[in-house]
Amino acid sequence: MCKYKGVLPWALGGILLAVAFLSAVLFVKPIGVSTQFVIADAAVWDVINPDIIQENTESKTGYSSPNAYLNKSGGKYAKNAANPLNYSFVFVLAMMFGALLSSKISGDKPESKQESLMPKAWSDNFGTRSKKRFIWAFIAGFIVLFGARLAGGCTSGHMMSGMMQTSLSGYLFALGLFATSIPLAIILYKKR
Amino acid sequence: MELSLAIALGTLFGFALNRAGATNPENIINMLRFTDLRLMKTILFAIGVSSIVLFGGLKLGFIDAGHVSIKAAHLGVIAGGALLGVGFAIAGYCPGTGLAALATGRKDALFFVLGGFAGAFAFTLSYGWLKANTSLFDSILGGKVSLAETGSKYEHLMTMDGTMLGILLGLAFIGIAIAVPKSLR
Repeated sequence: MCKYKGVLPWALGGILLAVAFLSAVLFVKPIGVSTQFVIADAAVWDVINPDIIQENTESKTGYSSPNAYLNKSGGKYAKNAANPLNYSFVFVLAMMFGALLSSKISGDKPESKQESLMPKAWSDNFGTRSKKRFIWAFIAGFIVLFGARLAGGCTSGHMMSGMMQTSLSGYLFALGLFATSIPLAIILYKKR
Repeated sequence: MELSLAIALGTLFGFALNRAGATNPENIINMLRFTDLRLMKTILFAIGVSSIVLFGGLKLGFIDAGHVSIKAAHLGVIAGGALLGVGFAIAGYCPGTGLAALATGRKDALFFVLGGFAGAFAFTLSYGWLKANTSLFDSILGGKVSLAETGSKYEHLMTMDGTMLGILLGLAFIGIAIAVPKSLR
């Protein structure tokens, strides 16, 4: 175990994260990320097939979709995909900017070309071929976002925002998440 | 106004994720395989502090109960969490940290994010069928409920004073954060 480069001591890091989660609830609403993957998909889908998002005065939000998911909750996702410059979408773009900013001013960033391709735990166990890592990262991303949408939220929305509000779904989500991720990580990443 | 808030709050969150070490997949993997639990301590501490300030703030009135947002409990939450855990262990990224890591120059995160777009799209196409043919989205244990009373439109499960319970749970998270060793293996 070595000193993290560019990372705060654990308690300070926790306080900074808490400030971020609390500020969001104080000013607007709890933080969530994974929905925006759907919004981005739907915005692109609508460019390819303009019928997928329709203006509809009979819908609660003024938008509807022939797709059941985008049409859910009165066409909420259809509306946000038609207007990507909404709070939640811009929040996620700004999150990326914030991480970039932090990494530029002595925060955490890959320290070598090799580290920008894969974490050390991966190369220790599966070799340094980047193609293999990229294929598995793609598969993992697929599973993660499918799972997040099935759950109705991800680590930010369900676990952090959920558990701070003592929401039951947050606890259930964390239970499912760690029930698979801990044993799998122990099995996959044996060498260290 | 709303967009300036989105920019300010989003930037703060991304900055915090990076400084907490959550945008580095090595730290996530080490947390999950118990070789370095500092990130777990950070997460538990953050939830604890947030819970205490949130419930204190709701009681004192400086946090608007209308901002509380409780997600529904259904079987898909557990199944989806378990599925997410599989990808989380393989990649060392979750949706937020994957995007943030991509911004810090991690190339594997780009493939994770692309896979994420594909996975979210596959779910968008599957939702109608899943909703009609499975009970994954039926509410369980009360649906949109919290343990502690928040004073919002959502129901709560425990009869104990909400502020007290929220703060006690927050203290419990902080206690666990302190008690968890920095590494177990």
